[in-house]
Amino acid sequence: MLLRLEPRGQRSRLWTYASPLLALALTVVTAAVIFAMLGKDPLQSLYVFLISPLTSATGLPELFVKAAPLILIGVGLSLGFRANVWNIGAEGQYTLGAIFAGGLALSYPEAPAILLIPAMMLLGILGGMTWAAIPAYLRTRWNANEILTSLMLTYVAQLLLIYLVTGPWRDPDGYGFPQTALFSSSATPPILFEGTRVHLGVVVAFLAAIVGWIVLTRSVIGFQLRVLGQAPRAARFAGFSQERLVWLSLMVGGGLAGLAGMFEVAGPVGQLTPSISPGYGFTAIIVAFLGRLHPIGVIFGGLILALSYLGGEAAQIDLGMPNAVTGIFQGILLFFLLACDVLILYRLRGPRPLAGGA
Amino acid sequence: MKRRTFNKLLGAGLLAGSAPMIIGRAAAADPLGVGFIYVGPVEDFGWTHAHDVGRKALETEFGDQVKTSFVESVKEGPDSERVIAELASKGNKLVFTTSFGYMNPTIKVAERFPDVKFEHCTGYKRAENVSTYNIRFYEGRYVQGVIAGHLSKSGIVGYIGSVPIPEVVMGMNAFIIGMRTVNPKARMKIVWVNAWYDPGKEGDSAKALIDQGADIIAQHTDSGAPLQVAQQRGVLGFGQASDMSALAPKAQLTSSVDFWNPYYIQRVKDVIAGTWQSQDVWGGFKSGMLVMAPYANMPDDVAKAGKAAEAGITDGKIAVFKGPIKDQSGAEKVPAGTELDDKAIATMNWLADGVDGQIPS
Repeated sequence: MLLRLEPRGQRSRLWTYASPLLALALTVVTAAVIFAMLGKDPLQSLYVFLISPLTSATGLPELFVKAAPLILIGVGLSLGFRANVWNIGAEGQYTLGAIFAGGLALSYPEAPAILLIPAMMLLGILGGMTWAAIPAYLRTRWNANEILTSLMLTYVAQLLLIYLVTGPWRDPDGYGFPQTALFSSSATPPILFEGTRVHLGVVVAFLAAIVGWIVLTRSVIGFQLRVLGQAPRAARFAGFSQERLVWLSLMVGGGLAGLAGMFEVAGPVGQLTPSISPGYGFTAIIVAFLGRLHPIGVIFGGLILALSYLGGEAAQIDLGMPNAVTGIFQGILLFFLLACDVLILYRLRGPRPLAGGA
Repeated sequence: MKRRTFNKLLGAGLLAGSAPMIIGRAAAADPLGVGFIYVGPVEDFGWTHAHDVGRKALETEFGDQVKTSFVESVKEGPDSERVIAELASKGNKLVFTTSFGYMNPTIKVAERFPDVKFEHCTGYKRAENVSTYNIRFYEGRYVQGVIAGHLSKSGIVGYIGSVPIPEVVMGMNAFIIGMRTVNPKARMKIVWVNAWYDPGKEGDSAKALIDQGADIIAQHTDSGAPLQVAQQRGVLGFGQASDMSALAPKAQLTSSVDFWNPYYIQRVKDVIAGTWQSQDVWGGFKSGMLVMAPYANMPDDVAKAGKAAEAGITDGKIAVFKGPIKDQSGAEKVPAGTELDDKAIATMNWLADGVDGQIPS
């Protein structure tokens, strides 16, 4: 064998940061090859896919609008994942946040925005927390696996939403379609830049990431979360309450997912319908790992994934490529990211050492 | 690295150099940009496929005069507004938004692009630059009902409903009304799948309905699974949105086929001629937007009765929702001698006498 892997013994600082960049570069090269195989000019295709969404007048703001819910949910999930608390049900917590906040918006359409918006944010958080409390209770009380319980509650949440919009909350002037009335203007989060869709939730998402970073690196709770994830036995010897940390992880993850749900239905969607999420809760899991479970990394993960969606749409419109290009790009990216992570713990050895690898 | 930068510069230079040429050519033979946004993949062989057939018909009909583009599998919800705006901002002057959930986003984007024309399929909100269009699917359901009335031995039809909206409800009612013109004792059993496309659930629903005595299966969902189950169990059924006879050649009697081509061609002509105006089109057999797939697996006299119903609706001799019509409770919904108007049909939220089951609420 020409190349072999040799354990480093400790994590390489250099490769912790270089590995995602290498993965990104390999993804771009592979994508170019695939574009060429589809009979397209690879350079032009890469330009359309990765650059053109950022250069149009609406592209950059739309990138942030698309990334905001992914970042918001991803930050919450990454804290929990650090502690080995696997909340897979952010999609359901997002839905409950949307339902709680949407219910308030429909009940008090005339309330002034200065009161209504903060109240909707609180209720969104509360809705997500309520839904996450069920797996938290089942895990701490009965030791039920939170992966299963949180995931299955996602489907319950979706059915609850369908029940509400086809039944009690249906818009009486909506021709019988399953949807609520449009929210009033005072229930719509303020737009930050005239002529774009960039709303308050985008700023909140970035703030959440910064706060998450400070909590994780500078607080005792953050330290406890990290220890619980890396060395559960050590955490127990140190007297950290595992129960408390499980609850904390699920409450933070659920609360932020609920808040994301509130901002999406109040902002870009503007009403409750059966389809309020294009799978944000699940995509955010990828975002969390793309960002190495680091709140600041999650920002980059969210932006890159959002770019892949926008780029996929541009590739369809400008180049006539199939929608599958988006999924393929995301799949390749994730594959290389996981593959390149090997370099953090191992170094490549061979007759000709790889430049930069040693 | 250096070489790539060089290539980029070269590319930028070429682009800059050729820009006046492109503009010059554009002025000479300006192709009309026509954009489409689809809720499913173009290969779904149901709803989205039918729309994409219409898009391709535009390219065949107009050649260099149009340039079409589309974005597929765009979920209803927060993403659709971005995609519609993208289509509008990339030079398309006519944009077709082909799912009900795109209604509010279409209206919002249309405000931002007043010189772009929008066509929203199945919605009810219009604007100066937003038209709506749809097919009177219920006319086909009535014809299916007439055929079922002749063929069903048990007198029970099993109907698979997608989501409880007026379009689906009016289809159920049209079917049982048509069926009862032949067999006044006919009954309909219904199942709601709460999805437009879910082959597993659709197939299971078909099995359950057959177990309850149905010997004809009708569906308002998009997969071929119910027809395939029907064929396995030796009963008959109707296809949906496109001709599904290839999937179940021994079971499909006929199918209501969505045919958007004539509408799409007309609207592009209108834009090119400068005569496009906001309108609400709800076309049935007469408009050519709804056609029945070839009749099969039935005796000639039944096919004749089906054809007669088709012809009657086309020339206006048959009105599907003409009284007397009773609802499930026996209360008279449409008095004898009157017909429902389009608004009453479009908002229908009651089930006719003979239907067993409920609209979830």
